[in-house]
Amino acid sequence: MERFLRIDRRIIFASITVAVIVSLVLQFELPIPASEPVQEIYEEIESLPKGSRVMIAFDYDPASKEELQPMAVAFLHHCFSRDLKVIGMTHYPGAPGLAEQAMTSVANQYQKKYGEDYVFLGYKPGSASLIINMGENLYSAFPKDFYGNDTTTLPALQDVDSLREINFLFDLAAGTTIETWIAFGKEKYKFDMGAGCTAVMGPDMYPFLQSKQLTGLLGGLKGAAEYEALIKKKANAVSGMRPQSVVHVIIIIFVIFGNIVYFTTRRTRHA
Amino acid sequence: MRKDSNFFVLVGTIGLFVCINIFLMASGKLPFSFDGFGVILGAGLTLAIYSFLYKDNPAFKIAENLYVGVSLGYTIIITWFNFLKPDLYDPLIVPMFSKAATKAPQYALIFPSLLGVFMFLRFSRKLSWLSRWTFAFVVGLGAGVSIPRVISAFILEQIKPSLHPVFSGGETLFSSVNTLLIMLGVISVLIYFIFSVEHKGAIGKISKIGIWFLMISFGASFGYTVMGRLSLLIGRIQFLLRDWLGVLQ
Repeated sequence: MERFLRIDRRIIFASITVAVIVSLVLQFELPIPASEPVQEIYEEIESLPKGSRVMIAFDYDPASKEELQPMAVAFLHHCFSRDLKVIGMTHYPGAPGLAEQAMTSVANQYQKKYGEDYVFLGYKPGSASLIINMGENLYSAFPKDFYGNDTTTLPALQDVDSLREINFLFDLAAGTTIETWIAFGKEKYKFDMGAGCTAVMGPDMYPFLQSKQLTGLLGGLKGAAEYEALIKKKANAVSGMRPQSVVHVIIIIFVIFGNIVYFTTRRTRHA
Repeated sequence: MRKDSNFFVLVGTIGLFVCINIFLMASGKLPFSFDGFGVILGAGLTLAIYSFLYKDNPAFKIAENLYVGVSLGYTIIITWFNFLKPDLYDPLIVPMFSKAATKAPQYALIFPSLLGVFMFLRFSRKLSWLSRWTFAFVVGLGAGVSIPRVISAFILEQIKPSLHPVFSGGETLFSSVNTLLIMLGVISVLIYFIFSVEHKGAIGKISKIGIWFLMISFGASFGYTVMGRLSLLIGRIQFLLRDWLGVLQ
């Protein structure tokens, strides 16, 4: 029995990899019911009238792309299908490439025009100072958009002088930006806010749901899959749920097996 | 494994990777273009990074250092074009030195720019004292802006749901139980962190409940962490199977 306690960890890595590959290649459906925090964001977007302004903060970089990019794409699908005006920006220097790719590819599918239906303001450092600046004057915080256009000339930003004119803000976060947006943006300039975050951050965000500081929350790839299922645009996140479920079962089996072996060998040693 | 055999494993793996790519390009599964080579580069770097799970090796080290270098270079370029050029160079430097400029220089930008330059004077023994001015400004401004907002958003707003009545009429039994659990959790965890009183008797029992609440929250966090790390693996394997090998649709 004791040799199981000294099992080569590479065997575990290999079995996880095989499980992921097999469950990706084999096509089978698993139910993906939407949890309440995800449903809340969906309902919020559904309730916005056409032409409402939604700001998306792409606060992540390629290290969190696998979790947050599917969320961004699904959320953009929902916004563009509802004819909402989308304003993108980021606090992360590594995000502009990902944000631009997501916005352009989804906007093209709905024949949305840059400048009229959506705008990408790009990256600015400053974090809290930037949010306060945006809350006082959006054009002063971003005199130019990502492509160098004068932001005062863009039709999508007409009548949007500051964050007060934003109908909903959605922060896709890989770091502490959700807290920053809440403290320096939402609380001060009074706009509705939802968030999508990496799974690691998920548990830390639940208190903000309880206090209603966040309207809703998409946590990790599961949150993205639930949103894809809600808007009926099943893509990467939904197909990622098959290996996720299978591997979770394998890990649970490993944990139970490890504990059984540990307690059995301990009893044998004491006997 | 001996050093020689490690070398052969590495060379063999690289050889296999090259052969697969030649086959994919020859069969038309990967386009012979920048896009195709981009996918190959992405696949190669992904495999190089994951090769660490088998053993530390030169391919992993190359990929790791490349990642650090590329991200830093990318950050510098993005910061220049998105921030320094439109907010400092164009409104201050260009009008000062270019006769063709139509707008007057924004001299107000000199003050924050100087403060920024002072930060770098930490490296000079004679002038490092100037960097204290910048730090004083940053600390003073930061504290002034943050303290009221943080107290309001993270303490006062968080206390509100903790003080919510268990039965105020109209709520479901489930939400009442939830409120009760939150109240029990907050009180027991707070008592656990009171170290000036010995944890005996009633205090000891309540602090034990606090430990249980903490353990459950650590378990939830760990579960979410496992889910997050697996999502990253799934995403990379999706990329390898779909974009590189063309196995998935």
